[in-house]
Amino acid sequence: MSLLASLFSRRGSAPVARDRLQILLAHERAAGEGQSDLLAKLHEEILAVIAKHVAVDRDKVQIKLDRGAAVSTLEIDIEVPGLKSDKNGAPSSASARNAAGATPAAAKPAGTSTDDKDKPAIVRN
Amino acid sequence: MFGPNFPEPGPFPGQNGGKRRMAKVLVVTSGKGGVGKTTSTAAIGAALAQSGKNVVVVDFDVGLRNLDLVMGAERRVVFDLINVVQGDAKLSQALIRDKRVETLSILPASQTRDKDALTPDGVERVIGELRDKFDWIVCDSPAGIEKGAQLAMHHADEAVVVTNPEVSSVRDSDRIIGMLDSTTMRAKKGEKIAKHLLLTRYDPARAARGEMLRTEDVLEILSIPLIGIIPESEEVLRASNLGSPVTLSNPESAPARAYFDAVRRLQGETLEMQVPSDKKGLFGKLFKRRVA
Repeated sequence: MSLLASLFSRRGSAPVARDRLQILLAHERAAGEGQSDLLAKLHEEILAVIAKHVAVDRDKVQIKLDRGAAVSTLEIDIEVPGLKSDKNGAPSSASARNAAGATPAAAKPAGTSTDDKDKPAIVRN
Repeated sequence: MFGPNFPEPGPFPGQNGGKRRMAKVLVVTSGKGGVGKTTSTAAIGAALAQSGKNVVVVDFDVGLRNLDLVMGAERRVVFDLINVVQGDAKLSQALIRDKRVETLSILPASQTRDKDALTPDGVERVIGELRDKFDWIVCDSPAGIEKGAQLAMHHADEAVVVTNPEVSSVRDSDRIIGMLDSTTMRAKKGEKIAKHLLLTRYDPARAARGEMLRTEDVLEILSIPLIGIIPESEEVLRASNLGSPVTLSNPESAPARAYFDAVRRLQGETLEMQVPSDKKGLFGKLFKRRVA
């Protein structure tokens, strides 16, 4: 049993390697064709738009990236201090999510790390 | 070029009075280190020479030269590539003729000097001189994607991308293929550079069990034509222990046969792809033809 199980569980590390490589290289090749700064640009421009209206503390900006086969997500979590509409006085947060992939329509609901009382801005690529 | 104090080069076999021959510059590259670039350079260079071509193998790995050791010429190095690039020695003084195959020469790399001593202009001049003397100029690239690797591939007409069936090697090969298509002289002139995949340290049995990336997997991911599959073999280490390309130390061995086949494909022959095996029994027969 244990021998069979170990034989069975060992089968399949090569397919995993193949799938991981295919996803990674799809992204790295796209990066090689000049898209490498797309995320950086989005990050800068989104920050600039928000900074036009409120003071943004650069240290309070969190960026998360998850590169997938069909869909990639970029989360930019910006803590916005003292919004006037926010009567509680607690910091608000805005989040932008970028779906960059073959099927952008498959973008999942945004905002896993977003403060729910604010509506996140969704940016599709 | 070097002034009157230097005699004309000795009678190297490829020499033909300065008339341009159809020399080919082949770079053996990989990105990742330790995948078998130097071993493959030695074996491919020797196999080409054994087929009657005039061949020079050039070590571009400045600071970490090893091609001389693998070729068994380490005790005969006087001048090196950088001496020639900087004009301190004539090309003919730096070339070491192989003692086993008359048509095979090696141009060693420097062991101590600054990497920046290898200038693009100097390399261009040396490659030009080598083109006049040899049919094949096989360049052993250093690992990495920095200047040394770029210089090694810059003048290449063809490239052998050495890849192990392992994720980091495949990823690095992908980077190198991208560089071959963008930074080389041919790429900049809008010409194609012929790229060939050489899969090394391949274990057909492990691939069949799903423990190792299969040839098809690597080919699908990298999408460049396959020139050979070199099986994992103790003969490769034995050859480097002896200071001999495996095609010379044991021409009948599985890796040597795989290199001979690869070299025939390099010269335009079409051969059925198989992984040669040293294993006698059923096992070897079973896996002999299980490839792409």
